[in-house]
Amino acid sequence: MSLSTPVALTGRAALGLTRLIGRVAIFASRSLARLPEPREFLRQLIQIGWLSLPVVGLTALFTGAALALQMYSGGQRFSAAEVVPAVVAIGMARELGPVLGGLMVAARVASSIAAEIGTMRVTEQIDALVTLSADPQRHLVTPRLWAAILAVPILVGVGDVIGIMGGWIVGTQSLGFTSAAYIKGSWSFLESWDVVSGLLKGAVFGLIVALSGCWFGMNAGRGAAGVGRATKYAVVAAAVGIFAANFAMTGLFFG
Amino acid sequence: MSPVLETRGLCKAFGSQQVLAGVDLAVEKGESLVVIGQSGTGKSVLLKCILGLETPDAGQVLWQGKPLDRRTRAAFLDGFGMLFQGAALFDSLTVWQNVAFRLRRRLGDAEARRIAVEKLARVGLGPEVADLHPAALSGGMAKRAGLARAIAADPQVIFFDEPTTGLDPIRAARINALIRDIVTETGATAITITHDMTTVRRVADRVAMLSGGGVVWQGDVAAMEAAHEPHLHDFIRGIWRP
Repeated sequence: MSLSTPVALTGRAALGLTRLIGRVAIFASRSLARLPEPREFLRQLIQIGWLSLPVVGLTALFTGAALALQMYSGGQRFSAAEVVPAVVAIGMARELGPVLGGLMVAARVASSIAAEIGTMRVTEQIDALVTLSADPQRHLVTPRLWAAILAVPILVGVGDVIGIMGGWIVGTQSLGFTSAAYIKGSWSFLESWDVVSGLLKGAVFGLIVALSGCWFGMNAGRGAAGVGRATKYAVVAAAVGIFAANFAMTGLFFG
Repeated sequence: MSPVLETRGLCKAFGSQQVLAGVDLAVEKGESLVVIGQSGTGKSVLLKCILGLETPDAGQVLWQGKPLDRRTRAAFLDGFGMLFQGAALFDSLTVWQNVAFRLRRRLGDAEARRIAVEKLARVGLGPEVADLHPAALSGGMAKRAGLARAIAADPQVIFFDEPTTGLDPIRAARINALIRDIVTETGATAITITHDMTTVRRVADRVAMLSGGGVVWQGDVAAMEAAHEPHLHDFIRGIWRP
């Protein structure tokens, strides 16, 4: 193997990645430049938002409860157990609510979008849309992207409240906080930017989740194996995208 | 008479595999052209190139004498219907919503549904089918619902992609009869892709044989039966030469 081979391979990989990012960016901007069809938009809002509520709610509840337990035992080491309500509230609003909510939506929604659109691809339903003078991107992608951008911040907001409630249950039932003290402790240190930054993260994570599902679905390979691969890549790409975007946005907002 | 739809020197390759290598085909108004050929000879790729679902590497598709580009293709598709091999009904919609898909954009739901039920009746499906989802239909019923969708907006041009594949002989005969009747009744131009010789004999005004990336023979059904072109001769008689 010559010395130039690894350089050439790295160059090719970098070019390929740049090309892919460019194609996905054009795909997303074309889809978002249009208004969704109202009927399909509402259907997607229910699919992505309303039907994800139980899983996001349960995740937030247990996360808030576990965080309260962790903070209490950790805080006791330096006599700071009273910060539990504030840490749970800020942690949920800034970080855990959006990230875990986004990941749960990625698991539930990116996979189902990729499977649905991928199946439509392999059964020629997308070709059928073209022959019926319907733009597949406008019909399938636009409503899903807008619905996810709107629904995920709402889910994050609800998840924040449920997560704080999880901490409150543990705090009042087993850590010795009174209800009033816990609520006061949660509110007194929470700033509006903590909540708003989390909701903004939610909107970006929603876009990443729906975009992954739609992109891999629209580009699914042939047969059941093609749909299976599209589903797997959609979930992995959405999860990695959420972590990367979270790091970038946290740096931007709080760095 | 000038052709309503024409391909000139259409070429398409996938990697190193040259699927279409200069396909010249023309179909006249009201004519039923059937394109035959072995599996993998590019029949479906030809359809996709005409529809713009695949971009040809070279050559042109002309509709009413004008090249089909992004703008003219929209007008072409407005007067177009297609029956897909697997029917390609939308799973999330009911049968009547599938049939009325195009109509619902310009008519109210009540009127669109009325026309959809009428078209379903034309292909032998009763109104009780209208509110079912495609998953509840048999293969033959799905094909007929797909046919109803193809003719719902009274198209000038209809494509049939392997219309009888996967059907038993009786259901296949029914679909063939429906295609022939609909094309005759509506005066639509039809292009059918198939390797089912019963379909060829039942629906074709003219037959074109695709082989080696190009059209190797074309003519009417009577001429096809008497033809000595080796690819065609072997194909219509099902002769395999190792």
